[in-house]
Amino acid sequence: MKMTMTQKILAAHAGLDYVEAGQLIEANLDLVLGNDITTPVAIKEFDKIGVTEVFDKSKVVIVPDHFAPAKDIQAATQCKCVREFAENKEIENYFEVGEMGIEHALIPEKGLVVPGDVVIGADSHTCTYGALGAFSTGIGSTDMAAGMATGKSWFKVPSAIKFILINKPTKYVSGKDIILHIIGLIGVDGALYKSMEFVGDGVKNLSMDSRLTMANMAIEAGAKNGIFEVDEITKEYLKGRTNREYTIYTADLDAIYDEEITIDLSKIKPTVSCPHSPDNTKLVDELPKIKIDQVVIGSCTNGRLEDLRMAADILRGKKVAKGIRAIVFPGTQQIYLDAVEEGIVTDLVKAGCVMSTPTCGPCLGGHMGILAKGEKAVTTTNRNFVGRMGHIESEVYLASPAVAAASAITGYITNPENL
Amino acid sequence: MIFKYGDNVDTDVIIPARYLATSEPNELKKYCMLDIDEEFNQKVQVGDIIVAGKNFGCGSSREHAPIAIKASGIKCVIAKSFARIFYRNAINIGLAILECEEASDRIDVDDEIIVDFHTGEIKNLTKDETYKAGAFPEFMQKIMAADGLVGYVRQNTQK
Repeated sequence: MKMTMTQKILAAHAGLDYVEAGQLIEANLDLVLGNDITTPVAIKEFDKIGVTEVFDKSKVVIVPDHFAPAKDIQAATQCKCVREFAENKEIENYFEVGEMGIEHALIPEKGLVVPGDVVIGADSHTCTYGALGAFSTGIGSTDMAAGMATGKSWFKVPSAIKFILINKPTKYVSGKDIILHIIGLIGVDGALYKSMEFVGDGVKNLSMDSRLTMANMAIEAGAKNGIFEVDEITKEYLKGRTNREYTIYTADLDAIYDEEITIDLSKIKPTVSCPHSPDNTKLVDELPKIKIDQVVIGSCTNGRLEDLRMAADILRGKKVAKGIRAIVFPGTQQIYLDAVEEGIVTDLVKAGCVMSTPTCGPCLGGHMGILAKGEKAVTTTNRNFVGRMGHIESEVYLASPAVAAASAITGYITNPENL
Repeated sequence: MIFKYGDNVDTDVIIPARYLATSEPNELKKYCMLDIDEEFNQKVQVGDIIVAGKNFGCGSSREHAPIAIKASGIKCVIAKSFARIFYRNAINIGLAILECEEASDRIDVDDEIIVDFHTGEIKNLTKDETYKAGAFPEFMQKIMAADGLVGYVRQNTQK
């Protein structure tokens, strides 16, 4: 039938046997998501539509995570606005401070997405859930409003790039290095309007946390979605998180791809994106000695347990360099708790890191670690645009948790292999 | 007048996140393009046009970006291509956008431009040239005719 994974999911949700790239369809939604920045705008638009209830109280998720716990009065007002809406509309999946996490870490953890789902979220990193074999894409507030009202959304069926992953990454190389490498290869618009489909024997060598990191940054290549083939690791991850039955979609053997790119995972080395674009990638070993001021470990990209564990493994028994601020953001309360029980938090705090509540915080220059003029940071976040983490003359270097932790110890961008 | 920018203008420079604690258009417009063009806010007038390179509006899903541009008085954004979330958002809130490589390359800041959204025709009066942008699919034209997605959904839910 010549359909990609993504196309098959979209066809099934549009009630069609076949769709092709470029076709406009209306698809049923399994989940509609918003946060404290995008939902207030969506609420205004929702109220204009003229319906009184959301389409399904169990299929709307609202997570105040960007400027929560509220950073100032304006942020508190926005959080209050979404809290009241969630109460008023009896939204079942509203997560208040204390139970919330960074939305894209929280939603998979809660088992709210299963393979084959169609998910829209008023946050660009909604593409994260493609790691679970779902079609998941970022949209704006008005689309969120319409989605909440109708349970449907329009899509232009995307064409796709197939990434065939082979072999196994080395010890300090994780999903972050792989996706940065790929973005560097194809550029920030290399997958514009397209799907990035990750398949191949190498997938089985990637943990769910690494896959979530890679799907998360599909947007940084301009993609509509990133999606992984479902395998035993996916099924294992879902166990105990959900009772929902799900359909596993694989691409047809004769599926049409714009391009096929083979990525040998064993050849990927610790990689960073230099200012001011995610595709400005360099190998850590190629860089001159770049002195840094701050390290951020966390975010929807790299705030999961495996990320914190990697940082702790590197920092255990060592010290953050004098003058470096190392800030760690667990993705969710559960990740935080697991990190406490595993001793990860003890290791990090003893090394001189500071632990934060789960929040998007500094990733988007919101709060909890903003950069001054001229400062440089190594961060495990996802964007390094001008002014992204603070002053327009500050600099953000995107890296894996391993590189970030190693850099915290030395005070300059460091390959963990060289410690 | 024309405001001209390069490739990959991201939503963080269109409206920096530090100003996202509000969604009021008149508040957002004060900071529109601030991190890429400090003078934009003083210079922009109703009816002005932004011309940019490829992948305009990349990055965040924040609808605040097209809202800020629209509230500034910008009549149309012409780019070689748009990031897909920005593209949807612009259509959904009724900010006119056109994808046209030739127009992006040829138009200079001092040129006088006339845009016809129905035909996708962009006339450069200064250079006496005409560029053709791709027409919008009928479905998207319906959304725009209904003044955005909310108007379109309202029409369809009340049928």
